[in-house]
Amino acid sequence: MALLMDPFDALTSFQQALDAYRTSGWLDSSVSGGGAYPPVNVFRKGDDFIIIAEVAGVKKSDLDVQVKGRTIRLTGAKTVSYPDKSALHRRERLAGKFDRAVTMPVDINPDGVKAEYRDGVLALFLPRAESEKPKSIKVA
Amino acid sequence: MSAQQRTKRETTMAEKQELSVREKKELVAKEEKTIPGRYYVPYADIHETDDALAVVLEMPGVEKKDLDIALENDVLRVDGQIDFTKYKDMEPVYTEYNVGHYARSFTLSNKVDREKISANLEDGVLTLTLPKAKHAQPRKIAIG
Repeated sequence: MALLMDPFDALTSFQQALDAYRTSGWLDSSVSGGGAYPPVNVFRKGDDFIIIAEVAGVKKSDLDVQVKGRTIRLTGAKTVSYPDKSALHRRERLAGKFDRAVTMPVDINPDGVKAEYRDGVLALFLPRAESEKPKSIKVA
Repeated sequence: MSAQQRTKRETTMAEKQELSVREKKELVAKEEKTIPGRYYVPYADIHETDDALAVVLEMPGVEKKDLDIALENDVLRVDGQIDFTKYKDMEPVYTEYNVGHYARSFTLSNKVDREKISANLEDGVLTLTLPKAKHAQPRKIAIG
């Protein structure tokens, strides 16, 4: 991702990078697998991790995030409503409940977790626990 | 419509089902795009009441300022751009979905009052309200 310099290439290479990591087995050993809603992308930024999930149409008040140990649990419900006496011409949006857990491969500092929700995108900032941070060893 | 009725209807629509994930559909455009990056087709609902048509589109991640709605020759075009500078310095380690712009077009019939189209963006969902022209609204005919 060192290519983020050129604004015109950046998105293309970013999308390619996302595709390259699709079906990567990073979280395979954990209980959470693919196919659960909401779909998540996990990023690394320095020492910390960021989980981003697209949950368009879910209200902030209907979204719940819990952290326990290495596991982050996302629960909530999405409602799709139509006015009374309306005729539906097309219905592609889905509604329902969701409950998903994502287990990280390192310990995170639960007190430092931040959640942001804007424009239907949930971002979770997960700082790595102090005990997990690499230590430099001075060669004597 | 009373609040109670509304709640009831919402619950029926929500049902108790689990949400499933669908792969994003990439946009196949008639004309080529001049900006880089992939486009996806936003999921849409279209419903109609006596006085308006509503088009509801899911475009997560699109900010109000990056949304372009244009009406030209009976075609209503919606284009939502993703500000990917937010992803700067972030290295993907595990991904389940791709991120891209959204675009979708709708052909309008002449029963829509073009001057009164309004748009509202909330939680990544864009609602376009297309009021019907006077002549297209239902009229009660009294029997003489």
